[in-house]
Amino acid sequence: MGWNRKVLRVNLTAGTCTPEPLNMAWANDYLGSRGLASKYLVEEIDPMVDPLSPENKMIMSTGPLTGTMASTGGRYTVVTKGALTNAIACSNSGGYFGAEMKFAGWDMIIFEGKSPKPVYLYLENDKPELRDAAHLWGKTCWQTEETIKASHQDPLIRVSSIGAAGENAVLFACIVNDLHRAAGRSGVGAVMGSKNLKAVAIRGTKGVSGIKDFPAFLAAANAGKKVLADNAVTGQGLPKYGTQVLMNVINEMGALPTRNHRDVQFEEAGKISAEAMHERRPTDGRTHLVTNNACFGCTIACGRISRIDETHFSVKNSPKYWGAHGGLEYEAAWALGAANGVGDLEALQYANLLCNEHGMDPISFGATVGAAMELYDLGILSKEQIGVDAQFGSAEALCKLVEMTAHGEGFGVELGQGSARMCAKYGRPDLSMSVKSQEFPAYDSRGIQGMGLTYATSNRGACHLRSYTVASEVLGIPVKTDPLTTDGKPELVKAFQDATSVFDAAGICIFTSFAWTLADVQPQIQAACEGDWSMEKLNEVGERIWNMERQFNLAAGFTARDDDLPPRLKTEPAKTGPAKGLVNGIDKMKPEYYKIRGWNTEGVPEKATLDRLGL
Amino acid sequence: MQKSLHIDPAKCTGCLQCEMACSYEHTGVINPSKSRIKVFNFEHEGRKVPYTCTQCADAWCMNACPVEAIVIDAATGAKVVKEAICVGCKVCTIACPFGTVNYMADVGKVQKCDLCAGDPKCVTACPTAAITYVDADWTGLDRMRSWAAKANTAAVAA
Repeated sequence: MGWNRKVLRVNLTAGTCTPEPLNMAWANDYLGSRGLASKYLVEEIDPMVDPLSPENKMIMSTGPLTGTMASTGGRYTVVTKGALTNAIACSNSGGYFGAEMKFAGWDMIIFEGKSPKPVYLYLENDKPELRDAAHLWGKTCWQTEETIKASHQDPLIRVSSIGAAGENAVLFACIVNDLHRAAGRSGVGAVMGSKNLKAVAIRGTKGVSGIKDFPAFLAAANAGKKVLADNAVTGQGLPKYGTQVLMNVINEMGALPTRNHRDVQFEEAGKISAEAMHERRPTDGRTHLVTNNACFGCTIACGRISRIDETHFSVKNSPKYWGAHGGLEYEAAWALGAANGVGDLEALQYANLLCNEHGMDPISFGATVGAAMELYDLGILSKEQIGVDAQFGSAEALCKLVEMTAHGEGFGVELGQGSARMCAKYGRPDLSMSVKSQEFPAYDSRGIQGMGLTYATSNRGACHLRSYTVASEVLGIPVKTDPLTTDGKPELVKAFQDATSVFDAAGICIFTSFAWTLADVQPQIQAACEGDWSMEKLNEVGERIWNMERQFNLAAGFTARDDDLPPRLKTEPAKTGPAKGLVNGIDKMKPEYYKIRGWNTEGVPEKATLDRLGL
Repeated sequence: MQKSLHIDPAKCTGCLQCEMACSYEHTGVINPSKSRIKVFNFEHEGRKVPYTCTQCADAWCMNACPVEAIVIDAATGAKVVKEAICVGCKVCTIACPFGTVNYMADVGKVQKCDLCAGDPKCVTACPTAAITYVDADWTGLDRMRSWAAKANTAAVAA
């Protein structure tokens, strides 16, 4: 069956933990994780609710393949109304925490209300317990994990927690599990903090026994692993170089957003690339990269574990940062680097460490710093206001600002509101490089046209993980399309959005889709889950999830006007590279996309569409 | 030929496919908490180390068992726990210097690696060949080969 058929409902206001059966009719329509948890959220909260109020709920959910031998089957999703976006939020994370929730016998945990004092949930199989977290409040994600394991005398506990950023309602606070994996985007950590929930600690020893047809499942999982191993991206590129391998590739395409998207190529891209991570430093003769790393069940192992140069100004007086830590991944290296014009790899690693340690999304943080640097460059913000000389390219400013934001000091409080609110406050909302208040990731949509539509229509605000058309437009997966034109992109974006929804709902990592299509996932779901899971049905599940999320956002007050890009990307042509002279053609793609989706010209799903999907 | 598990920690990524395969083979459930091979993650050093029984020739666990519940599998050389005989006294868990015999409270018996009767499932499950099953007399072969390759460099250059 794949599912444990059990939900834990935690009412933080009342301090109660109540088990309930999983709604199997919904599981049949939404599969699991992102899809199923979103269905619960949509049914249970008022879309107009203030994300940081007790009336918002936060759901941690696994999928039917979480905790199984399916490659990358270790994902869990945090679903809530996003603090940064006011839209539906769905942030997914790897590491070991998701599988542990499954092994403890649960499919999802629904948190509602607000605890009168800081607490953490300790869940040992069937025994949930809300415990006092006074001693953990104020601690970093790393200290929290260590302290919980020590106090329970159980090193095998898996922990997911917030740091100072989540406690202080930094709007792009994330939730960190297993030290350096995170449910990163849309401010899910701020929601957790608003509920006075510091951490969730799980120990599961029951395992996953409910696979429908075990021999068939193992055969399908093994076939899938072979496809990943034989593929050049998932079998060789990602394990060796990680996602950061994209830095030089995207830069050459003229699609690496630089200095708050003023430029599309970064002259120091090579210095912050995956190749640079492999080079020996003159100071200590070591490479930046220590090893690669896998999340639970992952046979790709794209994760990076690296070490900062102990003599670097950021850490020379802080031995606690001299050990090996997670990072850098492509998105973080870009947001902390190219987006600010910073080419100092050690500084990026330091800023990334602080984001992990204190629980902040490095994409939104880095991009917000980029916006602040532009405001500074234009003379709108002064050195006195910011507290540092925030010139584009300043590694010192980056390192100082990450500390200030994490600790809620000075101008860090303003940065912690994200670029949309900060830029609006200083009269230049156009300088926030965001959609639905969420900052862009590392692909400039002037050089990769499909990504413009991806960002504009993403249900959780600007995001590359909702329809990664980079795969097609850059890497030729599954078919090569021209990144410089809008032709065919609406169809491409819809297809990617629907398929990605299924990957997410299954409990596996979307990076498998460099090698897998839905046809590789389908046999694994079919063998694991009771019921019929044909390709046709899975495609429909994906489309249903997408439209359900859309309906929530419309009810939350979003309109077609919010499916748009900042003026810079529509009016300021790319200055260099293959996309020189181009702006993004969002206005051409959007009406076509709405039509293909079965939505009216205002972006509202037609009745026929909703009926067809059973919504 | 007798074979032996051979572990190269440098190749381990920490994915735990071995723990899943081991637990499924022995319990029919995917449950790393019941695995007889454990992967240890030394986060601050960036090292992952799979660890399990080395199948000592003169095994402390076997010698310590008061009811002779631990026997040698003649085909594989594995020291195997006979669950029907084991009384759960835990003396073997104390005797083992490496901690690779463990007591399972839910069944009241001890468990340890039995080499899956000569087809260790952790080996098949490992995606990076960090765990292999090789000639027991030549567990150093790979390392010898890599040093031999280095030693030869000068000769080739000349």
